Amino acid sequence: MTRIDRRSFVAGASMMLLARPAHAARTVTDSAGRTVTLPDRIDHVFAAGGPASVVVYAVRPETMVGWPRALRAEERPFIAPAQRDLPEIGLLTGRGDTANVETVLKMKPDLIVDYGSVRQTFATLADSVQQRTGIPYVLIDGRFEASSSSFRLLGNIFGVPERGEALATYSDDLFKNLDTTLKGIPEEQRPRVYLARGPDGLETGLKGSINTEIIERAGGRNVADAQDQRRGIANVSPEQILAWNPDVIVTWDRNFHDKLAKGGDPLWQGVKAVKDGRVYLAPTAPFGWIDRPPSINRLIGLRWLANLFHGARFPFDIRQDTRAFYKLFYHVDVTDSDLDTLIAWADGKPPSRPARR
Amino acid sequence: MTGPRAAPQASWIIPGLAVLAIAVAAAALTVGAFPVTLEGFIRAVKNLWSGDLPQTSEERVLFGIRGPRILAGLIVGAALAGAGVVYQGLFRNPLVSPDVLGVSAGAGLGAVIGIFLSLPVFAIQMLAFGGGLATVGLVYLIAVAVRGRDPTLVLVLGGVVVGALAGAAISLLKILADPYDQLPAITFWLLGSLASVRGGDLWNVMPAVLIGLVPLVLLRWQINVLSLGDEEAKSLGVESGRLRVIVIAAATLMTASVVAISGVIGWVGLVIPHIARMLVGPNFERLLPAAMLMGASYLVLVDTLARSLGRVEVPIGILTAVVGAPFFLWLLWRGRHGWS
Repeated sequence: MTRIDRRSFVAGASMMLLARPAHAARTVTDSAGRTVTLPDRIDHVFAAGGPASVVVYAVRPETMVGWPRALRAEERPFIAPAQRDLPEIGLLTGRGDTANVETVLKMKPDLIVDYGSVRQTFATLADSVQQRTGIPYVLIDGRFEASSSSFRLLGNIFGVPERGEALATYSDDLFKNLDTTLKGIPEEQRPRVYLARGPDGLETGLKGSINTEIIERAGGRNVADAQDQRRGIANVSPEQILAWNPDVIVTWDRNFHDKLAKGGDPLWQGVKAVKDGRVYLAPTAPFGWIDRPPSINRLIGLRWLANLFHGARFPFDIRQDTRAFYKLFYHVDVTDSDLDTLIAWADGKPPSRPARR
Repeated sequence: MTGPRAAPQASWIIPGLAVLAIAVAAAALTVGAFPVTLEGFIRAVKNLWSGDLPQTSEERVLFGIRGPRILAGLIVGAALAGAGVVYQGLFRNPLVSPDVLGVSAGAGLGAVIGIFLSLPVFAIQMLAFGGGLATVGLVYLIAVAVRGRDPTLVLVLGGVVVGALAGAAISLLKILADPYDQLPAITFWLLGSLASVRGGDLWNVMPAVLIGLVPLVLLRWQINVLSLGDEEAKSLGVESGRLRVIVIAAATLMTASVVAISGVIGWVGLVIPHIARMLVGPNFERLLPAAMLMGASYLVLVDTLARSLGRVEVPIGILTAVVGAPFFLWLLWRGRHGWS
């Protein structure tokens, strides 16, 4: 934790230093502690992956040059018209590079932003791309806890500190509210939660992975605890799920949710969450509510889950809160019918299957 | 185990292997993450006897999860080892495994397409099954088209080429796949696992495996002759061309159908036939049942490890490689036993 605190301190300190009108070339210290020289104007930004694209879109949409993958039909209504038709540009780092360095150069971005892990691997990758392309590359800490400082850092990098501040205030308020209320909820009153991934629901994120940190943050306990150093995605057997017997199951996979809802699979019917009707389907438009990508899109899912886990202790007005979040982060006034779609989705009735690709 | 010539006399080996398979399966039924007491076990068996549907969690675990999974382990292990025996005899080569003609690569591609299109599990299985059959069909067509060469050589090379193509297509889909939900699912599928096997899957797989097994049993004598070589086979009145088609089709059907539910599990079809050959000698009539029984026991054993080593599954394909690779090296080093 001390390392992280120091990093956010560095981020905060560099922010204060930069809180003056930018005219000449300036430098910034990113979340990995790298010093990056920025150009005077940042008009075009290449987001290196899914999480980065969400955060860049939230902070400064007009700089985006494309999406890691083209938006799907169901996602389009929740993205501002100007960014709806941006081209597919692939991923730059991380799992499965689909954008090569030449593609990046062709887009002539002023800056490359990556959001997520700031470990050494990614720092050296960033250095290497920056060296080869000559385009400044900043690495921003994508963990939940770092949300506010990352928003402020990005606001400064983009020269829109008030925008960064507004988003940081939102996440600060949310986390503070969660912390205060969760303090009064002892461990044993927190629901035991299983996050089901994959077509058969047998894939999950282990406790401590970025894919499931939302469970703990919303006041639940992740049953998938390997009790060792392992993190990340893992496969479990149905027997293990029966042994864990989770109180709540959360998923975003409609095939899997559909199967449970129809009672089609007798195995899952023995699990407490299924018997109690506490299987929840997270909407994924324009981005996932609980993961996918693990970026700031999870903030709305955090409100939603905390309310599902603990009821009135975390008031959540799905209509009003969703509208406010989508307005602030996604720059859209959600229409009533689109809002109804989302609400039905969060209630386990997703819109009919969209055409894929 | 002094050599292949000494072994065939022992007629108790095959019944012994059958008993071993049953014992391993029974023991595996008692191991697992969900605690099942002895009383619970007896009650569950009584209830099953009286025809009641699973009620308690213990019954669900025993008859809905563990039972089918162990049965699947038996079937998958037997089918892979059996197909391995067939292919090794057919190609007269000890390095051949059931996926030499690209059945695993093709099944993998089919499954990856299914995951990529976000299809339900059953459709993914069907695509894997179809992909495996189609790949081997394609390889066979290539072998037919390239006349005038050693047919086995063309088959093996065709398998390598088509398998590599399927592998490239898999890599392409992996790059295009959604890194947050499809990519892990693809990776897990390609590593092989019996974790998601359901009772219903067995009913889908069993008929195909049995259909594949029938010609192998009926043609056991001819297959023995085939392993002597085409010339010798011809002189003994066996028409090797047509027989080869039937045998390849049968072994492919068995492999493709089990791979569809288990994912790619390597090494079983390569290593088990060797051990079986050490035990009962090269006679196909005894080698096939011995290898199938050993494959069944072995896979259940390894799968029990896979599901009990930790709270999180170790994909079985990893374990079979970890166990199989050193063993195969040992066989190479030992290198004295004949294979045909």
